[in-house]
Amino acid sequence: MTGVSGRVTATPAARQAIAGLLARGGPVMFIQSAGCCGGTAPMCFRQGEFLLGPGDALLGEVDGCPYYIDERLDVAWGRPRLVLDVEPGFAEGFSLAAGAGEHFVARPAAAAGGSRVSPGRRACGPGPRPGTSAR
Amino acid sequence: MTRAQGKEQAVKYTAPGRDGSGVTVEPRYENFIGGKWLPPVSGRYRANLCPATAQPICEVADSTPEDIEHALDAAHAAAPAWGETSHTKRAEVLNAVADAIDAHREMLAVTESWENGKPVRETLAADIPLAADHFRYFAAAIRSQESTITEIDSQTIAYHFHEPLGVVGQIIPFNFPLLMAAWKLAPALAAGNAAVLKPASPTPWSILKLAEVIGDVIPPGVLNIVTGPGGEIGKALAANPRIAKVAFTGETVTGRLIMQYAAQNIIPVTLELGGKSPNIFFKDVLAEQDDFLDKAVEGLVLYAFNKGEVCTCPSRALIQEDIYHEFMSRCLDRIGRITQGNPLDTETMIGPQVSAQQLEKISSYVDIGRAEGAEVLIGGQRTPMGGEFAGGYFYQPTVLKGHNKMRVFQEEIFGPVLAVTTFKDEAEAIEIANDTLYGLGAGVWTRDGSRAFRMGKAIKAGRVWTNCYHQYPAGAAFGGYKVSGIGRETHQMMLEHYSQTKNLLVSYDSKPMGLF
Repeated sequence: MTGVSGRVTATPAARQAIAGLLARGGPVMFIQSAGCCGGTAPMCFRQGEFLLGPGDALLGEVDGCPYYIDERLDVAWGRPRLVLDVEPGFAEGFSLAAGAGEHFVARPAAAAGGSRVSPGRRACGPGPRPGTSAR
Repeated sequence: MTRAQGKEQAVKYTAPGRDGSGVTVEPRYENFIGGKWLPPVSGRYRANLCPATAQPICEVADSTPEDIEHALDAAHAAAPAWGETSHTKRAEVLNAVADAIDAHREMLAVTESWENGKPVRETLAADIPLAADHFRYFAAAIRSQESTITEIDSQTIAYHFHEPLGVVGQIIPFNFPLLMAAWKLAPALAAGNAAVLKPASPTPWSILKLAEVIGDVIPPGVLNIVTGPGGEIGKALAANPRIAKVAFTGETVTGRLIMQYAAQNIIPVTLELGGKSPNIFFKDVLAEQDDFLDKAVEGLVLYAFNKGEVCTCPSRALIQEDIYHEFMSRCLDRIGRITQGNPLDTETMIGPQVSAQQLEKISSYVDIGRAEGAEVLIGGQRTPMGGEFAGGYFYQPTVLKGHNKMRVFQEEIFGPVLAVTTFKDEAEAIEIANDTLYGLGAGVWTRDGSRAFRMGKAIKAGRVWTNCYHQYPAGAAFGGYKVSGIGRETHQMMLEHYSQTKNLLVSYDSKPMGLF
């Protein structure tokens, strides 16, 4: 399965990183984290590593990999649309790295398409509307 | 944070490793296992960066699960003897650790400042002295700990003894590399456990420098330190069937994952998972032009303490609407005078963020705030720096005005970014304060003692600072409500989290029960 659905889109760099992870060890899952040092990071684990609970909502999928968020967090953040990207840096927590020296990041879709790009940041375009699929 | 000592002579420390510095830097650091420095099994190392310059300080071991197993071997070899060591002797060791930290206060303060980016005025006055004090506090706590006896009836006695758990795993965050290690190690070691500790990926070096100082004081194998990526060695430690307890400070998903692993091994966990702490200012703070008003202004500005990289960062200021303009203008004036720059200069109040990714995250959140309609009252961008610090991860102290439903009011930014809003009355202040997923810290500022008490009881958070903020004395329990975690650190009750209870139920009656 390829493409994106739900409220998550991905940059080409993120999709390339996912393809690498799929090739090296099989399916992965993403969980949106929050709070403290590693907050806002999309944690990437092998499929099934993270035990889902009834409070976890499926935010979307990227190339067959599900992206979950805690329902309460989703509400607190105003049901955001996110763009999955990669950047240099350590993977937070126990997350798989996106590649050598790179980690996954999640950006709000609206801000990602904004005019301001901070130094060192890669530009990425706005994603499709919620519910649409590029599959 | 302790009160800054009078006006002292400004000092600019030389960067570690350079001529004239009191901090030596080896090109590469190995893991500290069984009282020895052992290279990682993989032979791999990675660069450890200074956030002020974005240049490498040294290399540290890029460990794999095999290194965790070696550390666990050493810990298991040491745990039985350490667990049987008398409370007197254990307290002596902990006090010796504290003395060693004090004796190397400047060296450790400069080390931590250079690796983390926090200003040396903070590490000298707070991080290092508090770390030493935590060891002394738990030395005293274990020295005076008593077991209990319950007289069930005249001839039946229940004896309750504390026993160590054995070998514990501890995972430390990057924001207070040495103090968070002390918070976790002191009670664990006091209670008679051996520890395997994994420092945070951005800050592994300070704790290895601490091991240089205290390595000879602690029996070999009682303290083991393994550096490396969480994805490689975090799970190898937290999910390991050879640990009897795991302690973690960090974000929520890893916290859940750690509980999941602990469930599989049926072991206890303590977790500290962040917050979005409200700092509430009632109109009576402006009733007098006095020291208290000055203290309250500083209390708001403390959001920039440790560049906002604090789980209890007072990152939501709630100001009673009657005084908003006057109080905020005083605060903005104070914020505008924050000195940012070289973390090794004692005049510096705010240094760089810990990493490039942290800086990116902060920029991204300020963008989110702008997009949500928040007004930027001050700051809102990176701080341009010159010379050696041009590549450093500096961000301006920032204030965003908005409302509590905005994402910048709901998620921990972990940077020097304050979200400020107003409230009408006490009821609304409580409603806004508690409208968050977290419940770690809170601040209340008022001259009315009764109101302070009511507010303190009504706020759903583990620590409510009242007419103060960001003080972390040993002896005051610290921990979270709601998703902010489980357990209470910095208090002797933490000994319970690191102990097993042995009950001997003894009958002194020579007669049978008479049932069979």
